[in-house]
Amino acid sequence: MSSATLSRTDDASVPTGRLTSRRRREASYWTYFIPGAVLFTAVIGIPFFYNIYLSLTRWSGVGKPRFAGFHQYARLFADDVFWTSFRNSLAMVVAMVVVPTVIGLVLAAVLFDYLGRRFGAGVVSVLRATFYLPQILPVVVAGIVWGWVLRPDGAVNGLLEAVGLGSLGQDWLGDPGFAMPAVMLVLVWVQIGYPVVIFMAALGRVDPELYEAAELDGAGWWDRLRAITIPQIRPETYVVTLTCTIAALKVFAPIFALTRGGPENSTNVPSYFAYNTFFKKLDVGYGAAIATVLTLIIVVVAGVFMALQARAERRDER
Amino acid sequence: MSAIITTSTTQAPGTQAPGTDGPASPAPRFTSRLHRGPGRWVVLVLITLCALAVIAPFLLMLLNAFKSPSDYSSNGPLSLPTEIYTKGLTTYWEQVNYPQKLLNSIIISSAVAVAATVVSLLNAFALGIGRVRGRLWIVGLFLLANMLPQEALVYPLYFFAKQVGLYNTQLSVIIIFTVIQSAFGTYLLASVLGTFPRSVLEAAALDGASRWQTLWRVVFPITRPTLTVLVIFFFIWTWNEFFIPLVMLISNKTQTVPVALATLQGDRIMDAPTTNAGALISLIPCVIFFLIFQRTLTRGVMAGAEK
Repeated sequence: MSSATLSRTDDASVPTGRLTSRRRREASYWTYFIPGAVLFTAVIGIPFFYNIYLSLTRWSGVGKPRFAGFHQYARLFADDVFWTSFRNSLAMVVAMVVVPTVIGLVLAAVLFDYLGRRFGAGVVSVLRATFYLPQILPVVVAGIVWGWVLRPDGAVNGLLEAVGLGSLGQDWLGDPGFAMPAVMLVLVWVQIGYPVVIFMAALGRVDPELYEAAELDGAGWWDRLRAITIPQIRPETYVVTLTCTIAALKVFAPIFALTRGGPENSTNVPSYFAYNTFFKKLDVGYGAAIATVLTLIIVVVAGVFMALQARAERRDER
Repeated sequence: MSAIITTSTTQAPGTQAPGTDGPASPAPRFTSRLHRGPGRWVVLVLITLCALAVIAPFLLMLLNAFKSPSDYSSNGPLSLPTEIYTKGLTTYWEQVNYPQKLLNSIIISSAVAVAATVVSLLNAFALGIGRVRGRLWIVGLFLLANMLPQEALVYPLYFFAKQVGLYNTQLSVIIIFTVIQSAFGTYLLASVLGTFPRSVLEAAALDGASRWQTLWRVVFPITRPTLTVLVIFFFIWTWNEFFIPLVMLISNKTQTVPVALATLQGDRIMDAPTTNAGALISLIPCVIFFLIFQRTLTRGVMAGAEK
C-alpha cells in the first residue's frame, strides 16, 4: 500500500489531470471490497439468476433441468392456488401493515400525549415495553403458543366456556372460515409493538410547544392528533409501512407454525406455496416461478413506495 | 426489509429498546383543565387492559407449562395447576436435546454477527470512505438484495450446498446469513462512513498510516458504537431466522432452537404441557438477550445520533 500513501490527499472530485493517481487510489480501495463481492456473488447473485433459469425449466431436483420456456408461468396464471395465495397476501398486508400502523399511531399518541403527561414516564415505559414484548421472540415460537391457544381444547375455547359461551367454540385454525381471521389476529399481535415504539420515539422529537399552542387554542386531543402528530411523524410512518409491507409479502414462519397454509389453502401465502412446491412436491421449476413472481411484486411495491416518498419530499421542499 | 431489516425482514422490526426512557414525557409545566378529571383514568384502564391482552398468551403459556396432561384434560387451560409438574419441561429438554440446540444457535448467531459486521465494515470502507466509482449502484444493489425474498434464493442455495457438501452443516447457514445480514450492514454503514470527517482521514494519512491502519486504528474505533449495534442486531436477527435454517438444517445435531421447536410441533407428538414448556424454554434466551442488550442498544443508537 505504499502507493496509497502517495495519493493520500486525493479527493473523489479530482479532475482528469490526476487520473492515474486516482486510479491507483481506487484500486487499493477495491481490494477491501473483494471479500464482500465474492460472498455476495456466490450467495445472492448466482442463486438469484439460477432461480430465474430454473423457473424456465421442468425439474424435480435430480438429473438435469429440462428447458420449458414459459410453461411454468402459464401454469401459474391458471392455478387457483396461486391466485388464492396472492389474495391472502393482501390479508397479510392488512394484518401486518394497515391495522398495526393505525392502532400503533393511536396507542403511541395516547401514551405519549395523553397518559404520559398525567402519569409520568414510568407507567408509559412499562406499557410500551409490554406492547413490544411479542417483537423480541422468534415469530415461530409465538406461532406455536398461539397455535395451542387457538386449538379446539385451547385457551380461547376454554375462556368461552368459562363465561358460558361454550357453544361459540370453534376449531379456529381448522375451519376454512375462521382460519384466516385467526391468523390475522395473531399477526396483529406480533406486529403491534413495532409501530408503537417507532412512533413514540418519533413523537419525542416533536416540539412540545406545538402541542401547548394547539391546546391553548382549544384544540382537543383528536385535533392535535390530526393536525400535529400525523404530519410530524410522516417519515417514520413511511419507514414503518414500507418495511412492514415487504415483511407481509414475505411472511412464512407464522403460517408454517399455525396452519401450514391450510385448511384448503385458506391461509396459503406465496412464500409457503413456494416452499411446499420446492420441497414437498419436488416441482422445482414451478416453485422457482412462484418465487420469481413474488420477487417481482416486492420490487415493484418497494419501487412505488420510494417514488411516492420522493415525490412527497419534493412537494415539502417547495 | 425485514430479512432485510426485519424484516425479516422481517427485519427492521428488530430491536429497538423500549424499556428505557427514550422519549421522556414533556414536562407538565402547564396543567389546563383538560388534564384533570377522571377521563385519563378511564383511558389508562383501557390501555392497561389492551396491554394485558398482549401478555395474556405468555401468562397462559406459563400457567400450562407446569400442568400435568391429566390436569390439563380435566381442568382445562385456564385453571391453576393442581401441582407443579415439571415433566413437560424435562421431556422437551431431553427430547430435543435442548443444550445442543442452544449451543447451535449461539454458534451460528455469534459467527454471523461478527463475520457480517466485518464484511459490512470492509465493504463500507471501500464505498463510504474510498468512494469507489459506481458506489451508488453498488449500494442500490445491496438495498435491493435486502428486499429479496429468501424463497428466490433458497432452492439454488440448497442445491449448491448439497453439491459442495455443506448441506446440513452450520457453516452453510453461517455463510448465507453473513451475506444476507451484511447486505443490510453495508447499506447502513456506507452512509454512516460517507459522512466520516475527512480531516481525520487526512491527519491519519499525514501521520503515514496505510489504508489498513487507517481502517483499524481510526475508522474502527470511531464507528465502534454503530458496529456494536450492528453486532447485536445481526445476532438477534440470525437467532430468530427460520426459513433458511429450516431448509438447510435437518438433523438433531445441527438445528437451532426455533427450528427444533417447530419440527417437533410438526410431528404432533407433543401434548399441551410439553408444547408450552418447549415454547417457554425456547423464548427464555431471547428475553435474556433483550434484558442484556437494551441498554447497549439505546446507548449505541444515541452515540450514533450525536455525531
